[in-house]
Amino acid sequence: MTFFAEIFEGLRISWAAIRANRMRSVLTTLGVIIGVLTVTMMATAINGLNSAFQTSISIMGADVVYVQRFGWFMDRNEWLRSRNRREITMEQVRGVERQLTTAKAISPVAMTRKDLVYQRRNGGAVQIIGTTEKQVETGGLNMSQGRFFAAAEVEGARPVCVIGDDVATRMFPQESPLGRRLQVGDRTLEVVGVVEKRGRFLGMFSLDEVVFVPVTFFFNAYEQRPDLRIDVKVGSLAGIEDTREELIGIMRKLRKTPPGAPDDFAINQQEAFVQNFSKVGGTIAALGLFVTGLSLFVGGIGIMNIMFVSVSERTKEIGIRRAIGAKRRTILLQFLIESVLLCVMGGTIALLLSAPITLLVALFLPAALSPSIILIALAVSITTGVIAGFVPAHRASQMSPVDALRTE
Amino acid sequence: MSLIDIQRISRLYQMGTETIHALRDVSLQIQRGEYLAIMGPSGSGKSTLMNILGCLDTPSGGKFILNKSDVSGMDDNALSEIRNREIGFVFQSFNLLSRSTALQNVELPMIYAGVSKGERLERAMNALVAVGLGDRVHHRPNELSGGQRQRVAVARALVNKPSILLADEPTGNLDSKTGVEILALFEELASKGNTIIVVTHEEEVAQHSRRIVRLRDGLVAADEILHKNGSATTAASHAVPPIPVAAHSGPPPVPPGAH
Repeated sequence: MTFFAEIFEGLRISWAAIRANRMRSVLTTLGVIIGVLTVTMMATAINGLNSAFQTSISIMGADVVYVQRFGWFMDRNEWLRSRNRREITMEQVRGVERQLTTAKAISPVAMTRKDLVYQRRNGGAVQIIGTTEKQVETGGLNMSQGRFFAAAEVEGARPVCVIGDDVATRMFPQESPLGRRLQVGDRTLEVVGVVEKRGRFLGMFSLDEVVFVPVTFFFNAYEQRPDLRIDVKVGSLAGIEDTREELIGIMRKLRKTPPGAPDDFAINQQEAFVQNFSKVGGTIAALGLFVTGLSLFVGGIGIMNIMFVSVSERTKEIGIRRAIGAKRRTILLQFLIESVLLCVMGGTIALLLSAPITLLVALFLPAALSPSIILIALAVSITTGVIAGFVPAHRASQMSPVDALRTE
Repeated sequence: MSLIDIQRISRLYQMGTETIHALRDVSLQIQRGEYLAIMGPSGSGKSTLMNILGCLDTPSGGKFILNKSDVSGMDDNALSEIRNREIGFVFQSFNLLSRSTALQNVELPMIYAGVSKGERLERAMNALVAVGLGDRVHHRPNELSGGQRQRVAVARALVNKPSILLADEPTGNLDSKTGVEILALFEELASKGNTIIVVTHEEEVAQHSRRIVRLRDGLVAADEILHKNGSATTAASHAVPPIPVAAHSGPPPVPPGAH
């Protein structure tokens, strides 16, 4: 008997057996359905978060470092030690611009929140970023309308602004925003450009709810001496380390940090974010998969249990088949197929259920059901079936034909 | 050469610390085309002998040569193939698969033999027609009478053209009229040259065969050839002295050489 014929016959027998015990099969499969469903949902969530993170990183550019007063990831002690650090001033930005040789572009960033008003439309508070024309490069900005403000406008502290995509659609739903006079805080500025849609960072906060103004205008209109961030576009990932070293030297000199004292500023980069995220994300993923794996394990135990029942119910049948010429392997395969079939049915139902649930979750969190997850879910079902079914199937195959025939 | 050549086989069972000699020392030759009954009271070892003859079990000692190959030393896989090819079983309780139709039941041995779908169907149909069930092929066992079920079992047993048809109390679960019909079917099969071994404790059933081997306490107690006129002779080849057959309800023993 060929292997293929054995599998086909096994499928036929299993299907008949499952149909003959419909209620029992459904209840048993329920465990697998829940198991595979939770594992699939977990994998989908992890997957979604990962891809959201990747896109967020690429929006901001992976080869940009940020010189700031504080580090991104500081524990309590570091906070206490660094809370007295001095602000980063415009003079220091100018110093870096003058001295740094290994960077492609440098721009300062000052941030605040102000209310937007256009005619009688109140847009609420959005993020205001004071910067220079170099932000186009350091922030990786593309314009969908108009232009970014020019060096001369920064020089002259002109009342011009560039708005994010969300601001444009919200404040100017019917008309082109270009040339309109938008009230930002208590000043009125002319809109000269709109930045192309950039999406949400980690799917949470929008990068398009923003208004860019010349940093010089920012000083005059909003805050005189804000704490600045210096965005440095390195130009290549390989050059990040060199630029970092050079920046540390320049900043220490500019801030007159005493020799031997620790840096009183931080150079943040997205790689740190990536590492931190993958550490946290990896832990969450491992924990989540462990917990959901447990439910799959319980489902598998259910299958094993019912397979033991199935084997002992059909001992006579095993005896008959053996007498007629079925080999041990044939019997083993027959019961393995039954257990795998139960699990794959459960896995398929779980996938069918997870599709609408994923769509629902996607409304709140980045989540996507990818083909790889479908394949993994099916592979997990098959594996569960093989593992759960092996011991019962092996027991069935090792029965002596004489003893099996004698049972009633 | 004999179809079946059993040389001094024994079979021991370990029951806790006790060893049970189900078969002590049995030798037996069966020729192709014989119609033979194995008889004996319970505990005589006839079931054990049947299991060994049917390759469901292997002897603890001795040699069993079936159709020129030594079966006594074969592994489980090889024995499965022998059962599939050489032996057709008919059981007291029919032992059909209850969820399968008559046709599917008869197909089963051919599935294990690797016969193609088309040939399988054709041969299964022919086998069912041969036992008079051509109009019942799509019925499940619970839709058939006892006699019909046993006919399906006979069709299943013969469909792979085995060397031996091995029947274990084939009429035990049937009323006497149906039992006679099944025995008539056996006669017909025997007259067509099939080798038939019937294991039974019913003298009446055994009398339909041409030779009776009587077992007692794991030994062959008598080996008689039955003649058409109802008389019997002890098989010449037999070494063990015959025990008076008068103990049984069958016809009186006739001393060898009376004919």
